[in-house]
Parts: sequence; C-alpha cells; structure tokens
Amino acid sequence: MPRISTALTWADRLGSWKVRWGMGRLRYIVPPGLYAIGKPGPDSPVLVTANYKMTYDHVRSVLGGRDCWLLIMETYGINVWCAAGKGTFGTEELIRRINVSGLAAVVDHRRLILPILGAVGVAAHKVTEQTGFNIRYAAIRARDIPGYLDNGSMTTAAMREITFTTRERVVLIPVELAAALLPTAIVTAVMFLVLAALQDSSTGLTAVYGYLGAVLAGTAVVPLFLPWLPGRSFAFKGVLTGVVWTIVFFVTAGGSGWSPLITGAAFLTFPAISAFYALNFTGCTPFTSRSGVRKEMRIALPLMACALLAAICVALTGKIL
Amino acid sequence: MKGFNYLRNVATLKMDTDKCIGCGRCLEVCPHQVFALNGGKAAFIDFDSCMECGACVNNCPTAALHVDAGVGCAAGLITEWLRDHGLLGASGKCC
Repeated sequence: MPRISTALTWADRLGSWKVRWGMGRLRYIVPPGLYAIGKPGPDSPVLVTANYKMTYDHVRSVLGGRDCWLLIMETYGINVWCAAGKGTFGTEELIRRINVSGLAAVVDHRRLILPILGAVGVAAHKVTEQTGFNIRYAAIRARDIPGYLDNGSMTTAAMREITFTTRERVVLIPVELAAALLPTAIVTAVMFLVLAALQDSSTGLTAVYGYLGAVLAGTAVVPLFLPWLPGRSFAFKGVLTGVVWTIVFFVTAGGSGWSPLITGAAFLTFPAISAFYALNFTGCTPFTSRSGVRKEMRIALPLMACALLAAICVALTGKIL
Repeated sequence: MKGFNYLRNVATLKMDTDKCIGCGRCLEVCPHQVFALNGGKAAFIDFDSCMECGACVNNCPTAALHVDAGVGCAAGLITEWLRDHGLLGASGKCC
C-alpha cells in the first residue's frame, strides 16, 4: 500500500494554480486506490475522496500527523461534487473500489467516511447492502475532517454549512476567463475587421475595448459582487454590471461625440454580453438550481438575442443616415 | 444558504410522505438544510433553497423523494438543448 505525504510542495501549489486557470484541468489526476497516511492499522479510519489531484492535495494536506486510510475513487480527474453529479463519485464506483482494493481485509471495522457532497452520487444504503460498509457523511469541507475525527465523529451545524465567500467566488474567475478567451478572440477579431472596413480602425478598436469590458462585467464583476447585486436572476445582475460598464465606456471612449443611435447600440449590446456571461456563472455556484437556470435561460436568451439584433439594426441605421 | 437566494418556486423537489420512515438521511445529506424531522417524518423547511442536486433522492432508502436533477449550468443546458434538437453530436464534453 503506498504511503502518501500530507505536506504540499511548491510543485503541488503551482499545479493547483494552473488548473485554476484552466490549464490541463481535465488531466490533473492521481491513480485511484487505497493509500496510507501516517501508519494506519486495522482500526484506523477510512476516508473516501475523488482522484482530481487538487481534491487529493486538499484532503491529504489536512491529515498531517494522523494515521488513516485514503480510498481514492476513479472520478476521471473531477472533484467530488461535480463527479457525484455525473455519477462517477457514485455507488457503483465505491463498491468497485472497495472490492478491488481489498479494503475488507485491511481494516477490521466497517465504516467509511465520505464528504457530504458525495451523497449526490452515492446511495449509502446500497453500498452497505453490497459491501457491509456503513457510510457516514462527515462534513462539507476537508478542513473539518480533523475536527470530526477528534469530536467523536459528530457532524456539527458548521460542518454542514455551505459557504460562498468572496474568496471562494474570486478563485472561480480565472477559469471562466480562460473559457471565454477563444470566443472573445474570435468575436473581437471579426468586430474589428468589420468596423475597420465600414468606418476606420479607430472605431474598430473602440468597439473591441467596449466588448472586452462587457465580458469582464459578466465574468469577473458579477462573481465578485454577487451577493450585493440586486435581483435573484444572474442575467439581471449581468445587465446591471453591463449597463454600468457601458456608462464607463461611454465616458472613457469619448461617447459624447457619438450619434444617439451608436450610443443606443452600445447600451443594447454590452449589457446583453455581460448578462450572458453572468448567466454562465450559475454553473460555478453551490446554490443555483437546474430548474432556476432553465427558467432564467428561457427568458434571458431570447431577450439577449433581440438586444443584439436591435443593436445591429440601430448601428446600421446610424451608418446609413 | 446564508446571503444567497436564487429563484423562488422553481425546484422540482417532491416528497411522498406516506413512504417516509423518518430515518433522517435527507437531513444528513442536504447541502442547504431543506429538510427537518417533524413528528417522525421529514418535512421541507426551506424549499426554495433546494438546488436539485439529488443527494436526498439518492440516499432515501424508501424512495420517498423525487427531484429532476442533472446538469445545471447554462452552458450545459445549451449543449443539452442543441443535442436534443440534433444540432450537436453526442461527443464534446464540458467537464
């Protein structure tokens, strides 16, 4: 049984930083299986986690000085909650992993400690039926594991509480920016070429500046100020930040010299772009529901499409007149 | 969840109280404390906090709960819509 360290190196931290920026994020894996932390014996606790290396690093780093077993599931490099949603951090994989690792011969007890968020994929009673192991859903966060182990395996209300602090929201921004990079590059390139041909390159650059700000308004500003932006709808929050950006853009890009039609086109386009990216952030939160996002999309996407169409018509009218 | 509220009255969470045996697993696994035990049966105390993750449905030993769980991000839903309408192939993944 491999024994793993609980100390993270600079290489581990660099690896985490890279995947936060979306680099190699789907290939950041450790092999599934049973690992020893410290000098565990047949009575030592068994903790279960995913094989996304960032998850694995996070879990092992809180277990310094302890003797326990770490059973790592094959989740194809995805974190616990997402993998549970997909079914890979699931009942079948857990049963398989228990059998393949020979866990029943390694420990005398029949208790598994799982993260609460793993419950989305694991049916505890079915695992017990098939393997004889009982599951305890300990805590949301890995950092509460030591407290759980020390307090007689009690899940406190605090351990059960999900948070979405500013820091937790901000670390999600880089990967959203990375995902927006290619579409933004294509759109701004086309935008620049068309406007440079129709008008001049200065107009093209100004429009690109406006577009980039709108993307940031949706991908970065909305996540940062999420709990303080009015409205429950993410698209609406994106419209708000988009309008604010358009005002800033107007002031900083010499908007007073534009025709009202061009100004109108800007105020239609940029909030729509911002709203789209804000809506996409729903996929990063720990509290939005599928039905809620569906409802938002049914209303917001057609509105965004109309706004963009209207903006094009308005701008063309401005050009023609 | 404290400080964060999403849309109201949209969750597809349903419970068949007759099947509930009051084991409390749903309380244990719900990340938003939607449930409480009331007179030996589970009950909703914060329905609008339900994010449809499906943990409760999965862990209910008597199948008393139902929710329409699945991909919940806008990009994923768009991809799903495109696939359902034959505009996108079966491959191509987000995560």
